[in-house]
Amino acid sequence: MNTRVMDDPAKAMTPGLEASVGSEVCSPRPALPQPLVVVEDLARTFDVSAPWLNRVLERKPRQLLHAVDGVSFEIARGQTLALVGESGCGKSTVARLLVGLYAPTRGRFLFDGQDAHAAYASAQRRQLRRRIQMIFQDPYASLNPRWRVEDIVAEPLREHGLLNDAAALRERVGELLRSVGLSPHDMVKYPHQFSGGQRQRISIARALATRPDFLVCDEPTSALDVSVQAQVLNIMKDLQRQQGLTYLFISHNLAVVRHVSDQVGVMYLGRLVELADKRTLFTQPRHPYTRMLLDAIPKLHDTSRARTPVQGEVPNPLNPPSGCAFHPRCPHANARCKAERPVLQSMGGVRVACHAVQEGRI
Amino acid sequence: MDKLLEVKDLVVEFPTRRGVLRALDGVSFDIAPGEILGVVGESGAGKSLTGAAIIGLLEPPGRIAGGEIRLQGQRIDNLLSAQMRRIRGRRIGAIFQDPLTSLNPLYTIGRQLTETILTHLDVTPAEARQRAIQLLKDTGIPAAEERIDHYPHQFSGGMRQRVVIALALAAEPQLVVADEPTTALDVSIQAQIITLLKRICRERGAAVMLVTHDMGVIAETCDRVAVMYAGRVAEIGPVHEVIHHPAHPYTAGLMRCIPDMDMERERLHQIDGAMPRLNEIPRGCAFHPRCDKAMLRCHEQRPNLMPAGATRAACWLHEVPATPAAVEVAQ
Repeated sequence: MNTRVMDDPAKAMTPGLEASVGSEVCSPRPALPQPLVVVEDLARTFDVSAPWLNRVLERKPRQLLHAVDGVSFEIARGQTLALVGESGCGKSTVARLLVGLYAPTRGRFLFDGQDAHAAYASAQRRQLRRRIQMIFQDPYASLNPRWRVEDIVAEPLREHGLLNDAAALRERVGELLRSVGLSPHDMVKYPHQFSGGQRQRISIARALATRPDFLVCDEPTSALDVSVQAQVLNIMKDLQRQQGLTYLFISHNLAVVRHVSDQVGVMYLGRLVELADKRTLFTQPRHPYTRMLLDAIPKLHDTSRARTPVQGEVPNPLNPPSGCAFHPRCPHANARCKAERPVLQSMGGVRVACHAVQEGRI
Repeated sequence: MDKLLEVKDLVVEFPTRRGVLRALDGVSFDIAPGEILGVVGESGAGKSLTGAAIIGLLEPPGRIAGGEIRLQGQRIDNLLSAQMRRIRGRRIGAIFQDPLTSLNPLYTIGRQLTETILTHLDVTPAEARQRAIQLLKDTGIPAAEERIDHYPHQFSGGMRQRVVIALALAAEPQLVVADEPTTALDVSIQAQIITLLKRICRERGAAVMLVTHDMGVIAETCDRVAVMYAGRVAEIGPVHEVIHHPAHPYTAGLMRCIPDMDMERERLHQIDGAMPRLNEIPRGCAFHPRCDKAMLRCHEQRPNLMPAGATRAACWLHEVPATPAAVEVAQ
């Protein structure tokens, strides 16, 4: 662990000073254009064992849940990577790892060339938190109901000491609200006076307050109605274009992912099974799980096509199947799939973890 | 064909301290025997409330303030709760969104199933158990003989929803009201449950009122669809027509908002604004502040459902005699 906080505690306490130093000083930018976000073999294990007394009395073993088990990807500056998968596949854990809400069990997250988790544990965490922000799923739970919008959006500015003058703060909050399609007059209202879509826009304004480079969006439109979802997605795309934002977009909705992303990673039981650029993934899905997911979506127009519903369910992550975790549901599984876990391999620009694809069987 | 369920001018109100809120305002539709009617709309449109009113489970202080609901010609909206209880479960089954909260965690699923069967049908306990096992088998639960003695927490989400479907169909109802039955489930499980619901209702000849916000589910499952907006039916008609030739501007906007799997667009179409709250529903057509085809009349007068091509829409654009130009604009 980094001991700089211990050596220089005063520095951690002076956010204003820190912020004024600017990002360039703390994180030297390399000459080569390298991806803003590099995740290498990231893993997070949770201990879900029974309490100690039960373990002793009932001889229960320790139980570990491998929520994220060795995930690697990169996101170039200004691009969007979408992570999709069903509930329990670990996509939200990845989001929480990246913003530092969890510490990884294994692996690294390099942000702009800098080891982010070392920084989260050091005095540089403020610096990093200013540059990495998160938008949560439920806009009803992520905004404090007793605060006015003005205070909600201004909080990160105050906290990071970016603006302290009341008039300047108000002006910046107004500007942020305008950028997400709300009126500066809305800042005196409370969250309950807004609809779900407007609340999610307030969350976006708050996330953008510190001028971050990287936004982690965990199911930002899942709690919204379709007409409102379209508004929020359009705003997110506009902001990305104007401010050069980089997104990690987590969703279970493949149609939304197709609309917002540049790259798509498909996760199953804590691992990436396929990582490809959007067009390739949607037109030529390689992994049987990706094909299954695409096939499972109800289509609006092509309803005559007979769908084969997927067999089986996601296995219990506490006791994942041997070999490839998808083999019990996979129509192409053979003996090797049951015994040996496939690794993510590059095949013609697409990364896929499947024996059948790698052997050319499908 | 004879109508199984008729809902006519249904009005549901919630008295509050600040006045009476009208959550449903003149909802009319009907369902034929064996038909699957989809009810679609955004949150707050009143779709779940319509379902709750039909099965007699409106939460107080909500009350039916007008209109009528008829099941095979018999009025069921004004029954005493004891009479309604005999209809609910026996003639109308219900499936709710969250399979965990619709099952009692303290009883085995077998007990819950046999209880329903014994209450409504004249069978012995042994026959009821046989029937319950058969139902579980029909809904695709493996090792049903063994699973029947398990508790709800021992089932996964998808399996639980299968149990709930079995429970809804236990007394062989003529109508099943399914309120967002797949919303809490993952896509791969969603497809299984929808297929199951469709197959099993068809086999038993039960009609289904499927309440959902997912247009994709409607497109794949239903025969007809009713689109609701701010407590009223905006458009109703055959699924294919409503999706491909929507007559109401709201339906048209809604269809274009949905990100399409097969087509990529730089920007999604958006309907600006949001659905009005119950206490501030505008005069005239409730959709007019968001409608780009709104005319002067839409601000003043509220349209009722009128024929519009192959569907029926509550929109002044389709009034007869409409000028041919207006109809063209609408399409």
